[in-house]
Amino acid sequence: MAKSIDVTDLDIYYGDFKAVEGVNMTIKAKAVTAFIGPSGCGKSTFLRSLNRMHEVIPGARVEGKVMVDGQSLYDSNVDPVEVRRRIGMVFQRPNPFPTMSIYENVLAGNRLNSKRITKSEADAIVEKSLRGANLWNEVKDRLGKPGMGLSGGQQQRLCIARAIAVSPEVLLMDEPCSALDPISTAAIEDLIHELKSEYTIVIVTHNMQQAARVSDDTGFFNLKAAGKPGHLVEFNPTKTMFTTPDNPDTEAYISGRFG
Amino acid sequence: MSTASLSAGSDWSRPSLPRHAPLYVAGLAIVVALLLKLLLGWDWAGAAIIAGILNLIALPLWSAFTEGRRKAGDRLVTTLIWSAFVTICVPLAWVIIEVLGKGIPHLSWTFITSTMRNHVPGPTGGIGAAIVGTLVITALAAVIAVPIGLLTAIFLVEYGRGSRLARAVTFFVDVMTGIPSIVAGLFAAALFVLIFGPANQMGLTAGVALALLMLPTVIRSSEEMLRLVPDDLREASYALGVTKWRTILKVVVPTSVGGIVTGIMLAISRVIGETAPILVATGYLAGMNTNPFRQDQGMATLPTFIYDQYAHPDVASCALGQTCAPATWSMDRAWAAALVLIIIVMVLNLAGRIIGKIFAPKTGR
Repeated sequence: MAKSIDVTDLDIYYGDFKAVEGVNMTIKAKAVTAFIGPSGCGKSTFLRSLNRMHEVIPGARVEGKVMVDGQSLYDSNVDPVEVRRRIGMVFQRPNPFPTMSIYENVLAGNRLNSKRITKSEADAIVEKSLRGANLWNEVKDRLGKPGMGLSGGQQQRLCIARAIAVSPEVLLMDEPCSALDPISTAAIEDLIHELKSEYTIVIVTHNMQQAARVSDDTGFFNLKAAGKPGHLVEFNPTKTMFTTPDNPDTEAYISGRFG
Repeated sequence: MSTASLSAGSDWSRPSLPRHAPLYVAGLAIVVALLLKLLLGWDWAGAAIIAGILNLIALPLWSAFTEGRRKAGDRLVTTLIWSAFVTICVPLAWVIIEVLGKGIPHLSWTFITSTMRNHVPGPTGGIGAAIVGTLVITALAAVIAVPIGLLTAIFLVEYGRGSRLARAVTFFVDVMTGIPSIVAGLFAAALFVLIFGPANQMGLTAGVALALLMLPTVIRSSEEMLRLVPDDLREASYALGVTKWRTILKVVVPTSVGGIVTGIMLAISRVIGETAPILVATGYLAGMNTNPFRQDQGMATLPTFIYDQYAHPDVASCALGQTCAPATWSMDRAWAAALVLIIIVMVLNLAGRIIGKIFAPKTGR
């Protein structure tokens, strides 16, 4: 059940510091949306505000509206835990739980939420998720081994398996390939293509080729000046963005004539 | 590298001392110090100090003349560090050898199981009651201090980060670290007198006193360990829609449990040998009492047993009118009890390490 996300006039703060200002966009369901932009421009902050991970940091808050399927995420009666259950996230650095085996890592979302599932259901979820993350063939013979024993690329795919094991409606990815080699990156990009048929995917990347390869829509974030809040410069279909961008800044950034 | 391989005028290679030069110099220093001791009649301590100083001077000097200034400085600091290490090891080894030497002869199954009840001067009597008392009181202290300490640490790291209350708690924990143990004993005794009246001698009183002494160590070490858990893991858990308390219970604490257990074991080792607070809180009992909640009876513990043997030794029977030197029986018992105490601490430490190893995150390589 992929969902679309509507963002209206979103301002994001860390305490008194305004990190991101005035974002408006519609993220389409069952599509890949990529965010690009220089470091510190607020892409990751914006991404984290889409599943209320943002407020894990003390003092962080949000003004404006994020609507998923007609429900505002920041309504006072919305439980952030429930939001995160429905909108999964994959982080920049692979972070499998060190105390758990590969099997337990995949099931972490279910087990930690103390959902009662039978052994056969659990096995089915693990296999489906690991297959979904293109990792099944590599680890099926050592599911009981610690997740930390895998290579970096495998760990990241394990984290993706863990995120899709709870069947989220949206999957947020914060530079999922930045710590990986080109082969692992290719594996994850293939995976994103496959996941698109079931999930709404939002990905932050520093790699413009990656944005061009995997995404349907692209948003370009930028800073007006150092110390000023980041803002969304342009949001367009990826093809338009990389061929005939509306904004000269976008063109400058994409073609490497930045700053 | 031998000097032959040094090509003339090469700036890259330098003469260096033989590989085992520090050993040669140390051996030579010891021999010289022993000679001096023989010839001049110094005592052992003087000879040891001289050997240390000779070693400290000779090696850097030798190095300075062959290897150059930088290497000589390196040798000097290395020798200093090794000397400090050896110096530190001396008292440790000495204590262990002394306790082993004086404790083992008197150690027997009867000694471990019997008590000092109705003791008549002589080599009989034992530490059965003291071992039970030490284990019971320390276990009580741990049962009180570990949950409070761990929960406080969790509050400090997970909930109170940087808040005023957390800063105040940290400050008072630091203050608690400095509480003299006898003050903790007095506090516990006074508290229980308020609750149960002046006749109280409960073993629990001593347990509370020891718990007070354990708390800061438990809090501080658990806090450090919880802080070491990367935020990545917490975020990974939150992002799966896991509540905060389950994240702490299922992810944060299990990840750091090895270090937490080690810290708890250290805290236990620290308080298990406390004497003063136990004497104040529960006194000393010659006989067996396994119930720490009995108000009319104190409990024996190993440290108070040792103190009692030392302070109130058996008196050898002797003819009237003669002054009687204390018999050695009491000191024998004290040394054997000290040995048992050290063994208990070591076993606890080992157990802690093993538990920590079992629960520690596995790398799987």
